Formats: sequence, C-alpha cells, structure tokens
Amino acid sequence: MTMTLIADAPVDVDAEGFLTDSEQWNEEIAQAIAAENGISELTDRHWLVVRFMRNRYLASGTAPSIRALGKESGVPIKELYQLFPKGPAKLAAKIGGIPKPTGCI
Amino acid sequence: MTELLEQQKIAPSEPEMIEKVAIVISKGSLEGIYPGLIMANGARMEGIEADLFFTFFGLDAIRKDRYDKIKVATVGNPGMHLPTWVGAIPGFSALATRMMKRQMEKIDIPPIPEFIELVADSGVRLYACKATVDMFGLTIDDFVPQVEDIISVGEFYERAAGGQIIFT
Repeated sequence: MTMTLIADAPVDVDAEGFLTDSEQWNEEIAQAIAAENGISELTDRHWLVVRFMRNRYLASGTAPSIRALGKESGVPIKELYQLFPKGPAKLAAKIGGIPKPTGCI
Repeated sequence: MTELLEQQKIAPSEPEMIEKVAIVISKGSLEGIYPGLIMANGARMEGIEADLFFTFFGLDAIRKDRYDKIKVATVGNPGMHLPTWVGAIPGFSALATRMMKRQMEKIDIPPIPEFIELVADSGVRLYACKATVDMFGLTIDDFVPQVEDIISVGEFYERAAGGQIIFT
C-alpha cells in the first residue's frame, strides 16, 4: 500500500492503483482515475455504473459480479464494454474508489 | 575451503500481459463446458480479447436443441468419488446436475444459455468447428444466433494468431 496524490488529494492505493480506503474517494478523484485509464470524460452512463458498483460495495462489502452489473445496474453488458473497454467491473471499481473485485464472474 | 559464488542478478522486469486468448471447448458435459466459458468471460473482464471455438461434443454448448439440457457426467468421472454403477442409476446425472446448478447459482455463475449470451455480449466471438459440424451433419441453423461462423482448424489458428490458445 502506498500513499499517492490523485486530483491533489492524498489517497492510499494498492499496487494496481485501487483505493484501499473508500472513504478517501470523491468525484474529482474519480475523474482523474478515469482519465488515466483512457476514459477522458465520465458520462451519465459511466456514472450510473460507477455509483452502482460503489453503492453495492458499501452496502454489502463485496463488488457485484459482471452478471449482476449487467442485470441490475440499468446498463446492459454490451454497453458496459463500450463504456469500459478494458473491463467494466474492474475499471468501474477503480474509478468508484473501491477495492478490485475478487470474484471470477 | 568452500568458495561462494555470487549469483548473477537479473533485472526485475514486468511480466508481459496476455492480450488475447483463443479457448477451445471440446467436451459436452456441464463440467466440460463451464471452465471455458468462465475463462472467456474472465478474459473479457480483464480487458483481454477472447475467442471461443467449440468442437466435438463441445458443440452441444451452442446447439439450440441441447444447450439448456447439458448434464454433469456421472459415469467415468473419478471426480464424482462414487462407484461407476451408482453414476449409472437412471436419474442420477439429472440429480447431480440440479445440485451443481444450484451451487453455481449461489456464486452467481449463470446457466449455460445465459452464459453464452453474456460472453457474446461481452465481445467474445463464438465459432463452431467445421470438421465436427460436417461429421454430425449440422448447419449454422442448428446453432444459437450468437455463433458467428463455422470455421476450419486453419481459420481458427489464423484468428488465434498473436494470442494464447487454451484447450479444455
């Protein structure tokens, strides 16, 4: 775990850049992580996914599976991959300031 | 006197990321089909490009008339830890399949028809093996609409170029 500056805020991140303390997150940090991962602007659709991931994690302690994300977030699987080509669950978790999803699905 | 030789130090380098996989599914049992689907889906979740190539009885996973009737192999499967004759009791395979499906649902692994749709929507391209299709006398109409094409082994290798091939 290392401390780094994202959007001028000091945050703790793991080796892959996922925030280790979800409380340190804010929307500017989300924008900065997105930009660094090839998403220059977070649209409403991106935000819908990011908030769904984050809220589900905060409520249940685990990030949702890609199956749940596609069924329950309001954004279908095809669009999820258009929004986050490098992996929707992983990237939405990173942008949403929660740990990397550990499930296989 | 012993002389200690200093081990040559190799500069640590980042292992290269896998960027593309081509996964072959060759078996038609539940436990033969799922690993390939899980690996294909997992690849896409990591941003890795993935193709699925169905061959021999693996074709059952994409056959309209069969893909919702896939069963656990209870005979000739040492992993069942049961005498072979028990696995052969009528209805036993159906029972084992129901139990396994229930366990999978618990950990959010979808049934095969939904899984095929999920991987296809995730950008995985699905292909049927031409040799097997010809052998069984099938046509593209026998397959679910997610199947992109019937291709030969040669075409499979062409498409797999530059990636890793995984046989299941």
